[in-house]
Amino acid sequence: MEKEISKPLYTNLILAGFGGQGLMFIGKLLAYSAMKTGKYVTWIPSYGPEMRGGTANCTVVISDEEIGSPVITSPQALIIMNNPSLKIFEPRLQPHGILLFNSSLITHQISRKDISAISIPANDIATKVGEKRTANMVMLGAYIARTMVIPKTAIFRGLEEFFGKKKQFLKANKQAFERGMEYTS
Amino acid sequence: MRMQGKFEKIFERPRTLRSTATHYCPGCGHGIVARLLAEVIDEFKIREKTVGVAPVGCSVLLYNYLDIDMYEAAHGRAPAVATGCKRVNPESIVFTYQGDGDFVSIGIAESIHAAARGEKITTIFINNAIYGMTGGQMAPTTLIGQKTTTSPRGRTSEEAGFPIRMSELLATIDGAAYIARVSVSNPKNVIQAKKAIKKAFETQINGLGYSMVEVLSHCPTDWHMTPLESTKWVEGHMMPYYPLNEFKAPKRRN
Amino acid sequence: MMKKSFMTGNEAIAEAAVQADCRHFFGYPITPQNEIPEYMSRRLPEVGGVYLQAESEIAAINMLFGAAGAGARVMTSSSSPGISLMQEGISYMVGAQLPCVIVNIMRGGPGLGGIQPSQSDYFQATKGGGHGDYHLLVLAPHTVQEAVTLTMEAFDLADKYRNPVMVLGDGYIGQMMEPVEFGRKTRQSTHPLKSWALTGAKGRPPNLVKSLYLNPKELEEHNLEINKKIQDMIKNEVRVETLLIDDAEIIIAAYGTVARIAKTAIKVLRERGLKIGMVRPITLFPFPYETFAKISKRAQKVLVVEMSLGQMVEDVMLGLSGQGCVRFYGRTGGMVPSYDEIINETEKFITEGKA
Ligand SMILES: Cc1ncc(C[n+]2csc(CCOP(=O)(O)OP(=O)(O)O)c2C)c(N)n1
Ligand code: SF4
Repeated sequence: MEKEISKPLYTNLILAGFGGQGLMFIGKLLAYSAMKTGKYVTWIPSYGPEMRGGTANCTVVISDEEIGSPVITSPQALIIMNNPSLKIFEPRLQPHGILLFNSSLITHQISRKDISAISIPANDIATKVGEKRTANMVMLGAYIARTMVIPKTAIFRGLEEFFGKKKQFLKANKQAFERGMEYTS
Repeated sequence: MRMQGKFEKIFERPRTLRSTATHYCPGCGHGIVARLLAEVIDEFKIREKTVGVAPVGCSVLLYNYLDIDMYEAAHGRAPAVATGCKRVNPESIVFTYQGDGDFVSIGIAESIHAAARGEKITTIFINNAIYGMTGGQMAPTTLIGQKTTTSPRGRTSEEAGFPIRMSELLATIDGAAYIARVSVSNPKNVIQAKKAIKKAFETQINGLGYSMVEVLSHCPTDWHMTPLESTKWVEGHMMPYYPLNEFKAPKRRN
Repeated sequence: MMKKSFMTGNEAIAEAAVQADCRHFFGYPITPQNEIPEYMSRRLPEVGGVYLQAESEIAAINMLFGAAGAGARVMTSSSSPGISLMQEGISYMVGAQLPCVIVNIMRGGPGLGGIQPSQSDYFQATKGGGHGDYHLLVLAPHTVQEAVTLTMEAFDLADKYRNPVMVLGDGYIGQMMEPVEFGRKTRQSTHPLKSWALTGAKGRPPNLVKSLYLNPKELEEHNLEINKKIQDMIKNEVRVETLLIDDAEIIIAAYGTVARIAKTAIKVLRERGLKIGMVRPITLFPFPYETFAKISKRAQKVLVVEMSLGQMVEDVMLGLSGQGCVRFYGRTGGMVPSYDEIINETEKFITEGKA
């Protein structure tokens, strides 16, 4: 299962950072958009008091087949937005897994050598886009560019459903996503 | 209030009262209140849409005496049960019939919150200053100095705190629309009691909020008195601490 | 194709209840099920229903008693400590033969415990929980979609047996988001006439909702009547999923989220050439004893995995009636067994035998 490379699609990832950085949101957006392209998906949050200010994380599984475990011990990919989360999740990443980390905030060294670690200055990119709150979308863009799990258009359709009425915010989110994609390709 | 044509037949058994012998002890106040309730239900002609809730306590067999739909509720929970019923069928007239252990001790949270929500239900609260059914233990309304099987030397405030005046307490709550304390210790008081019960039901019928009538009632058995002594005890000991009063009533409309 | 929604298990359960014609909800906040009352407080007024936040779980279950007695389809939800507080009322509802649906999204106990997922209320849910001689019908979904289907069915079953039905999920079943479909396809609703309901004694003799029978002979008869319904449940309502059990040398028994984790473990183990299958009870009461009885004849080994220190394992052993070899693996307190742990345990079972 964990060795599946080509088809059918099976992939999973954990997204972690401070509560309020929008990781729960991009996790949901990714799962929802994938669902719309006909995939099986699951999304599990960490829940409870740690969400208020502390670190929050969620796990997303996307698959062409029915999903067994929605709980993932060693994920294939990580999106990490702060130091404490890096410490918790880096050791759990699968060998050869992908670690996308927000280098605008993460100061700790990446210690593992058997993974591909990709540094993305997500906050700086988001600031350039003109909407600081879109650092999460930069990270998601980078993840999609790297994995091609679902096409950009699917994410954009999902975004439109979430932010349909907030035109300005929608535009900024799309831009941030594209900058993230460009940064990693 | 509209009266029925055959008003003079006042000694007839009310339609709502069944012709069974009650399980109450001879001379108990419960029997009188059951009759008053039946009369009021008849006079408002609401027997076919009235639903009663009687929890455990000497109240529990009320369903054997009233010819209406009735719940038997867990100890203390009658106001919650009545809430569930009324919220499903707002057109029903729903009342609870509770003792002091039930209404003021184990169920006081449900009592206060039903009042606070202004639930359109009516509570008939029988205050006999004792746990009747379980054999005469101390109640939250037991008077200072009163002997019960669990306050054998008389209740002291040091040990057991003070008796709760439920009418005064509930009268402070905005959702409570009608609150009165009455007694059934003599014929005059019985007439007053019936008036209060009528007003309480009227409050519910008019959808004005929560209504409650506290009835000071005598329990000759667990007080170890004759029925006559027990009514005298209500007047001499209970009334000074629990004054009869209409604490709160909706403003008359029209 | 039906339109797919992407929802948390909690919200999906709430919407399923509404679609099963539940119009009355009474509850009290507790994590990790708060999304159910929150959803109901938005949704029920839209469909002419009533959401009421009770002052406690004790009040909530008694409001259910009142609403069910008045003939309504009614639900409450809570998590472990709150469900403990409801036990008296649940027992009264069984005694008074009132239908209702109770959702328990379990968290770690005992005591205040924690808020992370757990399956430690299995005994309480399946063996009685409150006082007296009774059982609830207990449904244990393992996906959000199944939570929807089972919640809808729960209302029909409650009405059918005039008995409370419990939907038992762990914290992840409540918190997880998955695609779900609603609609008539999943639902065969039956609304039996409730001639016993308390609606006012108009044109009929008064109805009575009660559970007191002071005469022991009467109470025995009453309890036998309740037991007759329980026997019917045992006969008619057992639900179980089996996966690859025919050639399996080891069978993993699990329910809820643990069953999903076990499915992934089984996939990996099968890829390694090991013959592993699964039995997943969907009804925890009535329990699929028969399925395990068959397994005992084939002398297969059974690994029971739970988010508890061993509760369902007792029913599995009853089903096997002393035959076969049982091993237990459990995590508790909100810790969730991983598929790696399950894979490890299974491999150890092959070499070592029972633990
Ligand atoms: C949970 C619970 N605790 C205790 C009892 C036992 N019990 C039955 S009636 C009663 C006292 C009733 O006293 P009160 O409410 O004053 O009514 P009365 O009998 O005086 O009319 C008690 C403690 C019970 N039925 N349930
Ligand atoms: S015990 Fe007291 S309250 Fe109960 S029936 Fe007898 S006299 Fe009345």
